[in-house]
Amino acid sequence: MVEPANTVGLPVNPTPLLKDELDIVIPTIRNLDFLEMWRPFLQPYHLIIVQDGDPSKKIHVPEGYDYELYNRNDINRILGPKASCISFKDSACRCFGYMVSKKKYIFTIDDDCFVAKDPSGKAVNALEQHIKNLLCPSSPFFFNTLYDPYREGADFVRGYPFSLREGVSTAVSHGLWLNIPDYDAPTQLVKPKERNTRYVDAVMTIPKGTLFPMCGMNLAFDRDLIGPAMYFGLMGDGQPIGRYDDMWAGWCIKVICDHLSLGVKTGLPYIYHSKASNPFVNLRKEYKGIFWQEEIIPFFQNAKLSKEAVTVQQCYIELSKMVKEKLSSLDPYFDKLADAMVTWIEAWDELNPPAANGKA
Amino acid sequence: MSSAEINKNEVDIVIGALNADLTQFLTSWRPFFSGFHLIVVKDPELKEELNIPEGFDVDVYSKTDMEKVVGASNSTMFSGYSCRYFGYLISKKKYIVSIDDDCVPAKDPKGFLVDAVTQHVTNLENPATPLFFNTLYDPYREGADFVRGYPFSLRSGVPCAASCGLWLNLADLDAPTQALKTEQRNTSYVDAVMTVPAKAMLPISGINIAFNRELVGPALVPALRLAGEGKVRWETLEDVWCGMCLKHISDHLGYGVKTGLPYVWRNERGDAVESLRKKWEGMKLMEKSVPFFESLKLPETALKVEDCVIELAKAVKEQLGSDDPAFTQAADAMVKWIQLWNSVNSSS
Repeated sequence: MVEPANTVGLPVNPTPLLKDELDIVIPTIRNLDFLEMWRPFLQPYHLIIVQDGDPSKKIHVPEGYDYELYNRNDINRILGPKASCISFKDSACRCFGYMVSKKKYIFTIDDDCFVAKDPSGKAVNALEQHIKNLLCPSSPFFFNTLYDPYREGADFVRGYPFSLREGVSTAVSHGLWLNIPDYDAPTQLVKPKERNTRYVDAVMTIPKGTLFPMCGMNLAFDRDLIGPAMYFGLMGDGQPIGRYDDMWAGWCIKVICDHLSLGVKTGLPYIYHSKASNPFVNLRKEYKGIFWQEEIIPFFQNAKLSKEAVTVQQCYIELSKMVKEKLSSLDPYFDKLADAMVTWIEAWDELNPPAANGKA
Repeated sequence: MSSAEINKNEVDIVIGALNADLTQFLTSWRPFFSGFHLIVVKDPELKEELNIPEGFDVDVYSKTDMEKVVGASNSTMFSGYSCRYFGYLISKKKYIVSIDDDCVPAKDPKGFLVDAVTQHVTNLENPATPLFFNTLYDPYREGADFVRGYPFSLRSGVPCAASCGLWLNLADLDAPTQALKTEQRNTSYVDAVMTVPAKAMLPISGINIAFNRELVGPALVPALRLAGEGKVRWETLEDVWCGMCLKHISDHLGYGVKTGLPYVWRNERGDAVESLRKKWEGMKLMEKSVPFFESLKLPETALKVEDCVIELAKAVKEQLGSDDPAFTQAADAMVKWIQLWNSVNSSS
């Protein structure tokens, strides 16, 4: 059995990397008690809390954390009619946090994720690992069999082309989970007791042209490089689907990263995932997605962006047009989603005007 | 899968002997080689007699044996590290496991010796998943599964063509890298097996490899020979070229290639700085190979592995032949290899 780390007594990190350049985005509907365990690693950072559900509920944030909090009323007020693109009653609403942040980097984590232990028993500073992943290049054009070549103690193997050893910028760092693994509902129903106890000590770049299921539980990204593509879709209340928010974003960002020669890493860091959601509830949410993804995956595998699409926003708008053209026949939901993708970009550009901060 | 569940009659362990004294090597592998049939192929350029300890079910092949089977002129194809390909050629088994003779069993983080043979065969017997990346790595492994968002239609996987293992201690780095980091040793035991995604290229090392001979045997081509090829891995590229061909053909035919466990412990041998003194043309050849393989499309009519190799050889000659004579020689060797393969394996 795997246990979370006991961080009581650990001092707050005296040298928090990128302290003023990173926001931590947390969606919540209940409470943020889990932040007590994360103090040593997260307290120096600014939090953006996106409160889903009933806006009149008061969310208690543990003492000592610097934060801004947005509930549904705030989202409606800030975005006006464009607020329609932000999901309600689903953790997909977290992407509002990405949009409203002014920082270069985002780390997002679920409120049932605790600090993991590495095989030596040491508490894993997940944020520090994500930052290392983001600050180091990726190698998507050729697979390195010793995984991350930039890691201490590793390197490129014999035969790895020298011209590809500089790598490309890393846009996304996708972390993993010990204890409750991120399984879909059918797998949860068949294996309700399975726990992930295997600590795989590696970070690797997902090769160009390869799609993957991106989980939003433990994720970090460079907002400047890929932020506008991190839209988590229309899920939850009033929508025919749930638990595909991060998946949708993952397929979109991977196509765009491949097009723009940006890297996506997966592997370390691990967090300890404590709560298994109800598989029957999950099944109802995922049901349509399970069938739809059979069409959606080939769609993304074959999506080709034009040479003229050079910014993330341009890529994303092109993608939204393809979604409307190719997936609307699957279900009218995709027509709505394509529109929401455009609304999202409009809202993003409104809140993040290029002239104001010099960034795309 | 435990070693008890593996059908040992389906496996040949092929060892290329570049060192005459195999006592330490075979003695250290005895717990895991026991019960298997071994094919030891002696580097035709090695003068000394091989020293092989008792108690193994082993067939040894030397230059004379090679010449009987493939003719005197063709035995040069099997010199140096390429000698093991002769073992692949004459084997009659379904699976081949091949380990360099300077490697011994590694220890896992718990201190137990790693049974590399069982791990390789397990990798080969289980499906591969090249069409979509599973973030929990091998979904068929005990304690793991496909993650949320993994398409159900892709969950039965495809046949696994090859299993590429790794190395603790002396990792398979190139000479410039090892020379720069003389003290660096690989101490990181990454507890994962994963499928290398389709279309992704990778450098496959011949140091610790296994493959399904029935499925892709002819694609393991002893073809690219560096002009200054030597008797240390830093001075060769034959396995990397072979691996690029193998991966491309596997992708084309819908098979998978796995990487990760098992680890072997690679002993110190040679001197990276010494190897650096030789002009390392391998670097040049790799640079040219990458765009070639990236844009290469085998014809849809190439459905058999042998045809794929022939088509690949044609393309190499056409597109790379003028860049370097090594490529023309490789293309010719690939064609010759298929001829030999067909002649040896049809008469059985």
